[in-house]
Amino acid sequence: MSFAVLLTVKVLAVLGLMLGGALVVIYAELKVGAHMQNRIGPYFAGGRFGWAQPFADALKFMQKEDLVPDGADDRVYKLAPYVVLMGTIGVFVVLPLSPRFVARDLDLGAFYALAISSLTTLGVLMAGWSSNNKYSLIGGLRAAAQLIAYELPLVLAVVAVAIQAGTLSISGIIEAQAAPAFSIGELNVALPYILTGQIIGFAIFVVASLAELSRIPFDMPIAESELTMGFVTEYSSIRFAMFFLAEYAGMVSMSALATAFYLGGYQLPGLSATAVEVLGPVIFISKVFLLSFLFIWLRWTLPRFREDQLQSLAWRWLIPAALLNIAITATFKVVF
Amino acid sequence: MDVRVIIFVIFAIAAVAGAISMVLARNPVHSAFGLLMTMFAIAVFYIMNGAHFVAALQIMIYAGAVMTLFLFVIMLVGVDTSDEAEEHIPYQRPLAMILGSGLLILIVASGIQTWVNAAAQTGRGSLGTIENVSDELFGTWLLPFEATIFLLTIAAVGTIGLAQFAFNLRVASGDDDE
Repeated sequence: MSFAVLLTVKVLAVLGLMLGGALVVIYAELKVGAHMQNRIGPYFAGGRFGWAQPFADALKFMQKEDLVPDGADDRVYKLAPYVVLMGTIGVFVVLPLSPRFVARDLDLGAFYALAISSLTTLGVLMAGWSSNNKYSLIGGLRAAAQLIAYELPLVLAVVAVAIQAGTLSISGIIEAQAAPAFSIGELNVALPYILTGQIIGFAIFVVASLAELSRIPFDMPIAESELTMGFVTEYSSIRFAMFFLAEYAGMVSMSALATAFYLGGYQLPGLSATAVEVLGPVIFISKVFLLSFLFIWLRWTLPRFREDQLQSLAWRWLIPAALLNIAITATFKVVF
Repeated sequence: MDVRVIIFVIFAIAAVAGAISMVLARNPVHSAFGLLMTMFAIAVFYIMNGAHFVAALQIMIYAGAVMTLFLFVIMLVGVDTSDEAEEHIPYQRPLAMILGSGLLILIVASGIQTWVNAAAQTGRGSLGTIENVSDELFGTWLLPFEATIFLLTIAAVGTIGLAQFAFNLRVASGDDDE
């Protein structure tokens, strides 16, 4: 296959995965949240179960006027949503859905994913500053402080995984989880990392990724009761939709990373290698949506943290716990 | 034309344009974004030369950490205060021109040395992969690496100590806002 064809196919696959995943998660948020509050949620759009609600929302956003507030920094304001979306899309490039179904299997995939997703911080700061609005600026600064703080435990949790797997490649980490953890007689049992020592790491990763996504209980940057909508206050139309999409696509990508690092990715205990080749994408995506459901569940259950509680949770609890986790993992790796 | 050449030309233009806009922009935030564009273009060059790890480091450290810190400080301090374009050092312009042209001569000289006069180098394909970098860093250059770590830690602790010291002084003299 020629370079151009291959590139087109890969770009389309990555975009399809991102858009499809985000739309499913948006619909799940509407529906699951509604049922948790004893409502019905979207019901009429599309005829049955309100399945067309996310599409209807997207169409509505596209019809609105794309406003730029007076005194806003025009170029930075217009560029910000793209930067946020770019940091989110970039992660999907290295996600392996099955041993062969991956856009680009980098040998430092985990590192690349964390590096590219840190761009989101930049976009959020741009949006907050350029809007010429005090709420936006405060929201942007809060978001930056929060994202910087929680990036550390996120990266440190992944360091422990990389030590245990002995590689930074995402498919390498998934393959390492297929190695037998213990054997009963002839039967080799392979377990995902969450069951073989990384349970603390998994907890740290999930909490930190919730904070990275600025979702409740960590949504101080867009706390609507005090900051209207934080850094997205002034955005309308398609640019708002891009922030919205980035949030939910970010949920999918964070769930996918957690799946790959801790839940065994496309592997399922007891499944042969040929079965994984075929069923891999199904298993991977099911695990991703299971984790996304956990995120949604947490959002509709917990109240919001206070800003100082949020910072002290990161700096005084998660980072020391993550460092301890690295030390323990490294010790086990060397001793056994 | 080769795809690599097209990509190189696009990102070379981006790198130079970013550098020029960083110097010329009136607004410090725009300058910061110009710098960011240059950093990104350079990361692409690293990837084209097989140094994926260095490219990821470039993005993580410059885009993720340094630029965020720059912007955070600029926004926290406020951009409007930096409007004064007055130059306080009278010999700044001539000095900058002399030093700048000196740097240009050095770069051109080393470029000629490397690409025109030297023999073509082959077989250094994956120099920047993560294994090679870590072998160098934790093998050959372990001692300087550890020394740098200690230096940075000492600097960080010293900064905290100084800030705390100044804060205590202000509290003791009673002109703290709180």
